[in-house]
Amino acid sequence: MLYREAGDFKTTYRADEQTFPIRSERWLFWTVMVLAFAVVPFFINDYWNKAVLVPFLVWALAALGLNILTGYCGQVSLGTGGFMAVGAFACYKIMTAFPDLNMFIVVVLSGFVTAGVGILFGLPSLRIKGFYLAVATLAAQFFLIWVFNKFPWFYNYSASGQITAPERTILGIAVTGPNSLPWATYLFCLAIVFVFAWVARNLTRGRIGRSWMAIRDMDIAAEIIGVSPLRAKLSAFAVSSFYIGMAGALFFSVYLGAAEVTEAFGIDKSFLALFMVIIGGLGSILGSFLGAGFLVLLPVLFKNIMVNQFGWPTDVAAHLQIMLIGGLIIFFLIVEPHGLAQLWRLTKEKLRLWPFPY
Amino acid sequence: MNVHVHPTQEFRFMRPDDGIKKGDPLLVVDDISLSFGGVKAITDISFDILKGEIRAIIGPNGAGKTSMLNVINGFYHPQKGTITFRGQKRSRMRPHEAANHGIARTFQNIALFNGMSVLDNIMTGRITLMKRNMLWQALWRGPAETEEIENREIVERIIDFLEIEYIRKTPVGRLPYGLQKRVELGRALAAEPSLLLLDEPMAGMNLEEKEDMSRYILDVNQQFGTTIALIEHDMGVVMDLSDRVVVLDYGQKIGDGTPDAVRNNQDVIDAYLGVSHD
Ligand SMILES: Nc1ncnc2c1ncn2[C@@H]1O[C@H](COP(=O)(O)OP(=O)(O)OP(=O)(O)O)[C@@H](O)[C@H]1O
Ligand SMILES: [Mg+2]
Repeated sequence: MLYREAGDFKTTYRADEQTFPIRSERWLFWTVMVLAFAVVPFFINDYWNKAVLVPFLVWALAALGLNILTGYCGQVSLGTGGFMAVGAFACYKIMTAFPDLNMFIVVVLSGFVTAGVGILFGLPSLRIKGFYLAVATLAAQFFLIWVFNKFPWFYNYSASGQITAPERTILGIAVTGPNSLPWATYLFCLAIVFVFAWVARNLTRGRIGRSWMAIRDMDIAAEIIGVSPLRAKLSAFAVSSFYIGMAGALFFSVYLGAAEVTEAFGIDKSFLALFMVIIGGLGSILGSFLGAGFLVLLPVLFKNIMVNQFGWPTDVAAHLQIMLIGGLIIFFLIVEPHGLAQLWRLTKEKLRLWPFPY
Repeated sequence: MNVHVHPTQEFRFMRPDDGIKKGDPLLVVDDISLSFGGVKAITDISFDILKGEIRAIIGPNGAGKTSMLNVINGFYHPQKGTITFRGQKRSRMRPHEAANHGIARTFQNIALFNGMSVLDNIMTGRITLMKRNMLWQALWRGPAETEEIENREIVERIIDFLEIEYIRKTPVGRLPYGLQKRVELGRALAAEPSLLLLDEPMAGMNLEEKEDMSRYILDVNQQFGTTIALIEHDMGVVMDLSDRVVVLDYGQKIGDGTPDAVRNNQDVIDAYLGVSHD
């Protein structure tokens, strides 16, 4: 089937505003979803689960959160790692305090806790912008990690200072702890990511999303036409932190199982999320997924090809990987600030005209 | 794009009920002074804008015209004087509050949201009229979507009115200057303002574009009944469009009246001919 919008006339505004206005795109999306939900769980093994799919989903959620703040609302943040830590510790405290609580609810509650913390650390954004705000969020990153190290209450006074996820279930099926099965943890993460990606799409397509983008594009004009900067910025911080908090909760409870805060949620995680958003595409939901996929898959790919196939030493592969990522970030920042998502969009525009480009 | 709309030329929805009768003062500026450090941008200025009129504000460069608009919509806070809008003396007010009270504006230097399409820019103009909270927005289906579509219908009528249907999905950054100015007018109109402030809406346009823009301004005034304050340098345009004119020079008011009266005022002639102040 040709990729076309001709003959696909929209007769209502509702049809015109749907997420995938072009039929072939709708098909592609739902095919991928059916594969992801109904086929992959039957074939998934421990390696794919732990090395590829779960980290991809968790990071996609984190990138989505950061993209709402940075890509949609234009507020740079280097505090992603710290906010993920908030989500992780909230998750741990809720898991241990209410052992019978459904794990889905635990994750969502962790998101809400993080949203509250995010609003608090978003307050400086009302006075400062750009570089200064980035530094303020960097301070938040270090402050949060310090707090979680400093007060043993957060890690329930465990001797190692680590937090360890006990087994928790949904409908009697374990999704955390050593007995959880790959398909269960995968489906759990996938369901959360699916639901909240859809929510993100809804928030960004309407009034709230436009108020964020207005602040991003020109804050003074935005205020003059009636956007309250306070509400727009703080809601962006809240929603963003909600997503990042859930990602942190999943990262700790489902992916790592046990975590030491400095190591698991350091500044490198903040940068990783930022790179995902830049490479994937600022202000794009699809971009968050592309960026996360790219940066999660790249190391796996490098390891498989260079180390396992060519027999190169691991550290050479690791260095090459860092250089490639660095180069790509420079490329995207200079040549295509809208990232992989924009390349995809341009390809579609070309396809739409194909085979007659004029 | 492929949306089919019936061009309805009915703009009853655009007539906000602000409780002021046509011809009564909608806005009263009383004895306003504004300075930046040592620079006196506005000194002791008073004038009023009547409901339903087009009020031009003219004056040489640096006269304080833009500053006056900035005072009116709460972006600058004057050191002295009061503003009475819709019969209410106004206290210190943030710009977004002024927007909520029905004051919309365009800018001397285009201030569109460059990352957004024409449609989204104009939809953003309706932000003060859309109320669904975040929970409804997150669900989308239901009240939020209904609200979005209702507002989209109104925005589409504005798009029809300004004859920019063919660019509705284009990112505004890609548009030529004249069209950007038109989109900016659309964004201000979308708020259904009772008072519309236009800061040099025709600056940098060619003759044809100026004629188009003049027609839109007149139509807005006549069809929607919107009261307009207009800053403009082109005297021909001012004489054609405006009901009354305020003339500023070096932050002071040197003339106020009908276009003809102002044109024959000696102070105004001197100011425009650049007669030195001594
Ligand atoms: N934010 C500001 N800070 C300092 N001075 C300002 C500021 N805004 C305006 N001024 C000064 O106030 C005076 C009036 O400026 P304003 O922009 O209101 O003039 P204008 O009549 O709009 O001129 P133009 O026709 O060039 O647009 C000028 O001397 C200007 O330098
Ligand atoms: Mg000016």
